[in-house]
Amino acid sequence: MMPSEFLSPGIFQMLAALLVPLFYGQWRNIYMAAIPIVAFGWTLGLNPGDRFEVAIFEVSLVVLRVDSLSLVFAYIFEIATLLSIIYAWHIRDAVQQVAGLIYSGAAIAAVFAGDLITLFVMWELTALASVFLIWARRDDASFKAGMRYLVIQVGSGVLLLAGAIIHFRSTGSLAFDFLGVGTLGTNLIFLAFGVKCAFPLLHNWLQDSYGQATVTGTVFLSAFTTKLAVYTLARGFPGTDMLIWIGATMTAFPIFYAVIENDLRRVLAYSLNNQLGFMVCGIGIGTEMALNGTAAHAFAHILYKALLFMSMGAVLFRTDTIKGSELGGLYKSMPWSTTFCIVGAASISAFPLTSGFVSKALIITAAAEEGHWIVWAVLLFASAGVFHHSGIKIPYFAFFAHDSGKRVKEAPINMLIAMAVASALCLGIGIFPGYLYDILPFQVNFVPYTTAHVITQLQLLMFSALAFTVLMMKGIYPPELRSINLDTDWVYRRFLTHIIGRAISGISAAYEGLAALAGIKAERALRSGLHYTGPHSALARTWEIGSSTLWVMILLAICLLLYYM
Amino acid sequence: MTGDGKKYWLDDHANVKKVIWALFAVCALLFLADFVYHKHSHFEAENFFGFYAIFGFVVCVALVLVAKWMRTFLMRQEDYYDAE
Repeated sequence: MMPSEFLSPGIFQMLAALLVPLFYGQWRNIYMAAIPIVAFGWTLGLNPGDRFEVAIFEVSLVVLRVDSLSLVFAYIFEIATLLSIIYAWHIRDAVQQVAGLIYSGAAIAAVFAGDLITLFVMWELTALASVFLIWARRDDASFKAGMRYLVIQVGSGVLLLAGAIIHFRSTGSLAFDFLGVGTLGTNLIFLAFGVKCAFPLLHNWLQDSYGQATVTGTVFLSAFTTKLAVYTLARGFPGTDMLIWIGATMTAFPIFYAVIENDLRRVLAYSLNNQLGFMVCGIGIGTEMALNGTAAHAFAHILYKALLFMSMGAVLFRTDTIKGSELGGLYKSMPWSTTFCIVGAASISAFPLTSGFVSKALIITAAAEEGHWIVWAVLLFASAGVFHHSGIKIPYFAFFAHDSGKRVKEAPINMLIAMAVASALCLGIGIFPGYLYDILPFQVNFVPYTTAHVITQLQLLMFSALAFTVLMMKGIYPPELRSINLDTDWVYRRFLTHIIGRAISGISAAYEGLAALAGIKAERALRSGLHYTGPHSALARTWEIGSSTLWVMILLAICLLLYYM
Repeated sequence: MTGDGKKYWLDDHANVKKVIWALFAVCALLFLADFVYHKHSHFEAENFFGFYAIFGFVVCVALVLVAKWMRTFLMRQEDYYDAE
């Protein structure tokens, strides 16, 4: 039996990751880079319709289900794995290396999962593996942020499992195909996907954790978790009207936060959230063009978002800070990182000749064709806004603005290689969109480069830049300040902890009162218990092996006697 | 780590001015470009002269002003959560 008959490329990647600690030095780098390359080659050999099932008890698990939707996501996940690995080549931390590969492998395996149980297992594996990319910073703040992240991610998995079980009880099917909201089971699954997709009000784990992970960890994190959720929504809930509004809200509200956020990686996390909104909106619209747009935008987005996180990671790596208030003028000492950052910024802003231009237009046009004029206007607002806070703010405050006087070394060569390849892909997709359009789930009947589209898009963007410039010159633009902004995490970091704290002190006061009343009796009871079961009691004594053997023999003899009696 | 004393093109304020004027010029050209092509519009508003340019400018100014106002009730010290 060929390995391809019982594995998926994702499971292969996870198994291969376990062997990483056996390699040292450059060999480890080569080995790690080879894993996603093999997985990618394997995926290229898969054809829509390929399927593999394993029977466990009476349930048949579909470990591999290949169709055009799963292939697009698998391709880009494997490319993102390779780029993240190259970007992290300089680190010598087996924990991060193994965790990164298992995490991305689980995401790929989840994309190929054809049933809800396999999906659930991979869903939780992505959560468990990825938290190590946050903890690997090995300080108190990242430990706490990691715990919050883990609770929310695992919680999403619990919702998914509960939903899957209820769905199975009512329909008798575990197949992961179109689900649609409406029953308790599918609603729970929808909510599970929504948590991982950072729906409005469920979103704050994203900014909280991506700002705290390691330099290389955030690059990994940015690619997989949320886009896996986008994939699962596109698979299970296309055409769900609610998603149009959820998506539109997601595109709009995070950008207000992005404007006033000081931590530039958190700014990127907010804009990631905004980009997810476009994809979610496309799923909600649900037409062939919109779903193509979602898949194309996920593909393009993973590349430029990773690129932006790479450039900000390089800044953090060299200067030990990522606060806009401390940075500025770095173009002088990090010219290559600056250039690559600008390519990423142009791509996320959807400038013509970049990947964002050819992918986002599919979604916005689909919204317009369906006559959703409010949604269309919100998406247009979000498009202008994303240029404002990601396209301009990120490169401007890190590399230009007021010269912070910091003079550092350019990013390490492996980081530059990863950024160069990601930049080339961003531009390549923008200049030759046909290659991306060819792998989308449906036939594409859309020409991105029309005079009207190019000019209107440039108008939108350049006047957004004009607004930035005018506000800057007038001194109206809010300066970068050493600060944080309250978001929904306040609910569980402050409000709930406060309430729980009050409850706990109440309970412990009551307990102490009760204990004082019953103190003497309780102590007596405890003492007599300890007499028989405590560390020096007869039951806890250690025995020599000889006497144990004797006792075993006696017991066996009794058994034998009883048997014959 | 601090300044190497080297003079860069953008260090000269006059050059920054040039960049800004270039931006103004590009914006003016793009605005006037609405004369020369036909829009394939889905909505009536799109046919308004310079719609995308005006829209882009207005919403971005609004975005910044609203965000700035949000600071008044959302902003906290960096160590706000440290006393958890």
